[in-house]
Amino acid sequence: MGLKKPANLSENPPESASAVLKTEKNRPERRRWLLLSPALLLLLLAASGPLLIVLVYSFLTPADYSGVVWDFSLEGWKGVIWQRDIFTNTISLSDAHLRVLVRSVKLSFFTTALTLVFGFPTAYFIATRPAKKRSFWLFLITIPFWTNLLIRTFAIMEVIRNQGILNSLLIHMHLIDAPLQILYTDFAILAGMLYVYLPLMVLPIYSSMERFDFNLVEAGYDLYASRRQTMRHIILPLVRPGIVAGSILVFIPSLGAYVTPRILGGGKSMMLGNLIELQFGQGNNWPLGAALSFFLLMLTMIFLFVYIRLTSKSVKSYA
Amino acid sequence: MSPIAIRVENTTKIYGEGKNKVIALKNVTIEIPENEFFTLLGPSGCGKTTILRLIAGFENPTKGKVYLHGDEITGYPPFKRMINTVFQNYALFPHMTVAENIAFGLEMLGKPKNEIKRTVGEMLGLVKMDDLRNRQISQISGGQQQRVALARALAPKPKVLLLDEPLSALDQKLRKEMQIELKRLQSETGITFIFVTHDQEEALTMSDRIAVMNEGEILQIGTPHEIYRQPSERFVADFIGETNFLNAEVIGCNNGIATLRLTSGKTVETIIKEDFKPQGKVTIVIRPEHAVLVENEEECLLKGHLLDSVYFGTDMHFHVELEKGERFMLRIQNNPDEKAASRINEKNIYIGLQKNAVQILKD
Repeated sequence: MGLKKPANLSENPPESASAVLKTEKNRPERRRWLLLSPALLLLLLAASGPLLIVLVYSFLTPADYSGVVWDFSLEGWKGVIWQRDIFTNTISLSDAHLRVLVRSVKLSFFTTALTLVFGFPTAYFIATRPAKKRSFWLFLITIPFWTNLLIRTFAIMEVIRNQGILNSLLIHMHLIDAPLQILYTDFAILAGMLYVYLPLMVLPIYSSMERFDFNLVEAGYDLYASRRQTMRHIILPLVRPGIVAGSILVFIPSLGAYVTPRILGGGKSMMLGNLIELQFGQGNNWPLGAALSFFLLMLTMIFLFVYIRLTSKSVKSYA
Repeated sequence: MSPIAIRVENTTKIYGEGKNKVIALKNVTIEIPENEFFTLLGPSGCGKTTILRLIAGFENPTKGKVYLHGDEITGYPPFKRMINTVFQNYALFPHMTVAENIAFGLEMLGKPKNEIKRTVGEMLGLVKMDDLRNRQISQISGGQQQRVALARALAPKPKVLLLDEPLSALDQKLRKEMQIELKRLQSETGITFIFVTHDQEEALTMSDRIAVMNEGEILQIGTPHEIYRQPSERFVADFIGETNFLNAEVIGCNNGIATLRLTSGKTVETIIKEDFKPQGKVTIVIRPEHAVLVENEEECLLKGHLLDSVYFGTDMHFHVELEKGERFMLRIQNNPDEKAASRINEKNIYIGLQKNAVQILKD
């Protein structure tokens, strides 16, 4: 053999050549995973770990003052829907919990619907501005994020309370005689939720709409579609990914909303989030709290699944 | 002449206000008869697309009126006009299949299901796309998208079809094919086509009549032959094909024949329209292919020396500087065995003209 192989090649047996090629090809792929790993690690530690603890706690027995005793029990899970009458020791469906559940789902539903009603035209407006002006409008949308949620919620309270800015103004203008009870009503909660979650609806819809080719609207008009039909058959189907994303981003946190209903609702209308908090605080029933938390998680996943299934239905075919 | 399909009457379109004011159309009037292939030709920004958008209803005129088959449609929204458009970028609906795109207009018109199905089938056949009916728009080529856009616009059987530079995105070969295809579709369907282009060759090959536009005005309307042979103004002559502009003097004019003295001192006669009475110094145009090479000074009308020659395969272009410094370009066909270049003497080029090669401009 007169030919001398290059040193680095001769180290590998010939049959592994393809393996070398393969690892070469996979290297960028692996590097990309490396990029993901910090976030993945954090999620694993900060989300999966505590979730596991919550799951375990939900099957334990409450301790006398706080915390849990390591005795297996299903009482926590039973307590999610059933209640035991302490006098007669009978078990019945827990009206209180069901009411909280229904109220929470209703609130999430209305919040999502309202943010959609307010957010869609906003996103449409921004997306149809000249490209240079859009970033300004988007900037305005993000301003509320600069301030802490708690502070913003107290600010709303200051505006709508009986001696607040809104009522004073209305009285001053002689539009009303006595202050309107806005604070601590469902209206206040919903308004607060709408305010908090609106950007989360606007941004995903806008990003869908920005990619939307507005020539298609003219094509729709040209092909005898009225404004409403163009909206229904052309704009909505094409910005649907944004609407779905926005709805998910709004619905899920709304279901577990805690601060806004607590402050603006004055604790009168309890939501799932408040109910859970109660179990870890005054209620002193950690397993029930843990079970309720998990119940909320499962509920969220079910809604998510149904929603995605419903909205990804394919368009009818004329073929 | 058949009845008028579209009439645009004294129409002016102004965009913006104050400093940003742009006058897109200046008091334009056009009449387009039924079953005509009519082309609006002009450079970009000349207002041709504005006319199309006014007819489609995407814009409303600042002043003036638009009529469809004698009925005024000014101010009607696009979905109330039996007019369809083939858009420059096609604007096909990406979330629908080929067949669904074609069916869309019919659906919106509320046609019965079986009629829609039948028409979609017909249209697919018309544009030769039967096999691709269930494809998504993203799965077909640019040329195929073009066909779908055509079928979609033709499916509702509009009274007028507007085409906004529909071939500009296609490559040369496909464009040639589609030119023939469009012409065929127009004569098969009998629908009035209004075609917008900045490509003079496209306009000449496809149109029944052409309107040449510049800066918001229509300069000349006529058949391709009229536009090419008798351009009324310098802009039209310059924009359509290649042209030599020369100075000349009218020395006689009667019975539709004008006698001109060229800068070389020689005289030439040409036919003019009866009502046209040119006098004094005029600009004449001579197409490069209407000039010929002649043997000697006695026979020639223009004389000069060669500046440059360019080989084009079918012919050669000779750029000549005439005695008085004017430039002249002539086009001579190549023979199978020799380039036209071998026939000339670079120092002394004697140029003759075919009969009626000279056209006198009105401006």
